[in-house]
Amino acid sequence: MSALLDPRRVKQDFPIFANNPGLVFLDTAASSQKPNVVIDRVSDYYRHDYANVHRGVYRLSARSTELYEGARETARRFLNAADASEIVFVRGATEAINLVVQSWGAAFLKAGDEVLITELEHHANIVPWQLLRDRIGFTIKVAPVDATGGLDMAAFESLITPRTKMVSVTQLANATGALLPVEAIIRLAHAQGAKVLIDGCQAAPRLQVDVRALDCDFYVFSGHKTYGPTGIGVLYGKRAILNDMPPWQAGGDMIETVTFEKTTFQQPPARFEAGTPDISGAIGLATALDYIESLGRAAIEAHEGALTEYGMDKLSRIDGIRLVPAGQRRFGILSFAVEGIHPHDVATLLDGKGVAVRAGHHCAQPLMEKLCLDATTRASLGIYNDESDIDALADALKAAQAIFAR
Amino acid sequence: MESRDLYQDIILDHGRKPRNFHALEHPSHFANGHNPLCGDKVTVFLEIENNVIKDVSFQGRGCAISTASASLMTEVLKGKTLEEADKLFKAFHAGVTGGEVEAMPEVLEDDFERLAPLEGVKGYPTRVKCATLAWHAFEAALKSGEVGATVKTE
Ligand SMILES: Cc1ncc(COP(=O)(O)O)c(C=O)c1O
Repeated sequence: MSALLDPRRVKQDFPIFANNPGLVFLDTAASSQKPNVVIDRVSDYYRHDYANVHRGVYRLSARSTELYEGARETARRFLNAADASEIVFVRGATEAINLVVQSWGAAFLKAGDEVLITELEHHANIVPWQLLRDRIGFTIKVAPVDATGGLDMAAFESLITPRTKMVSVTQLANATGALLPVEAIIRLAHAQGAKVLIDGCQAAPRLQVDVRALDCDFYVFSGHKTYGPTGIGVLYGKRAILNDMPPWQAGGDMIETVTFEKTTFQQPPARFEAGTPDISGAIGLATALDYIESLGRAAIEAHEGALTEYGMDKLSRIDGIRLVPAGQRRFGILSFAVEGIHPHDVATLLDGKGVAVRAGHHCAQPLMEKLCLDATTRASLGIYNDESDIDALADALKAAQAIFAR
Repeated sequence: MESRDLYQDIILDHGRKPRNFHALEHPSHFANGHNPLCGDKVTVFLEIENNVIKDVSFQGRGCAISTASASLMTEVLKGKTLEEADKLFKAFHAGVTGGEVEAMPEVLEDDFERLAPLEGVKGYPTRVKCATLAWHAFEAALKSGEVGATVKTE
């Protein structure tokens, strides 16, 4: 049975709502709230099973290691990766991208090469490449958005050349909610021999993701946006590619043998997880991913898709509200301008009504510049949102307009 | 605290129709203020002669709070000595950050009163920087003179 999502029931799984009566939380794109199962799992783990991993001979450490590696297996299943060794635990998407840049990029990019990104990227998928470029001297090309706010695929295609070694793109733009055609992007990139990194921060919690069907080379997401703890995230990399990548941080756990003359390194994923990892974070994340699966990925996608449509319709009926263009398909994120009211004032006024939204450039300054906006107000959806949250947003927006209309 | 207390009529008025909203042709001092978090930008221009602010103006883009604050600032600063301006700044800053506000000398009382509507931001910690941005730019302009400067508040 493909069950429908019941957001009222889901809301009861998230104690933040009982503890903040009246809270209308519409900032899941920044970070999601946490369900009881995740909060409880993390504290239960510390209460019952905690010890360092990969080190102790004693049973408690073995149990802890089993849970940590079990979390890796859960993440593998979540992405449908071929093997758990393709899952590297990191602090979050930012660290995952920096890992790829500093390990893969530093080893395989040289002057004359090109890295292709898009105007829709989060700073986390721009700045790490710039830092490495300044050291190595390759070129960063930027595929533009078209007039509809979607990725300009014709321009994108013309920018992929045999010099393109890496295409690093977001699957779902955090600033506008634009969904990118990653399947086509990956096909075009591979046809020119380029590797592809997909920034799945906003997509992983909302869409059904299958890295093998996508055939991307890297996929990254953050646990805290996926109903899991902060401080944990996932880098997926194809086994053969990870195998060829050098370590990026060094220390315990990532070595095979160490002498003062020469050190040999572990196979992936251990090679990329120097030091004691965020064990409880990984276990909490696995619980979050299981929780998502228990609701049903298809049900979540259908629910948030329908709610996005509802929100677009509702907002477009309010005079003076203009949705920021987001291409052919907008998903889970509603970014908009309110005529005559700066986004920061909008967000303060909405907060006065208990409606939590984000205002600002959403870590996408180049995109804002392109869209001729200093900032926008952004409402983003999660599994606990329903039509009543959108209605509350619309009412609060009208109240804000009334205050400014004086 | 109600939103209406923060967005008082005078703030909406100055936010929509900022006063002294232009560049000075020959400023003796100027500085840019920038809040990278929200993108608010302001440039404050000063013409100072014999320790007195002969003229002051600003340009920029921002929310109602930051625009109104800059506008009101230019109104109260015009004609003040630098010592008086400093007193107003310190008292204003203390007021919006919930600090101890020193009593104003009588000549400044009315001016300080004009800034009072902005005190509402102290109930909104994330908005205090909007209210102080222009003042920080003013301070930076004083220090840097005609070469200009850029200050950031985050
Ligand atoms: C599309 C996208 N990429 C990257 C990031 C960075 O994620 P994190 O801060 O969790 O590392 C975010 C988070 O805002 C995002 O939305």
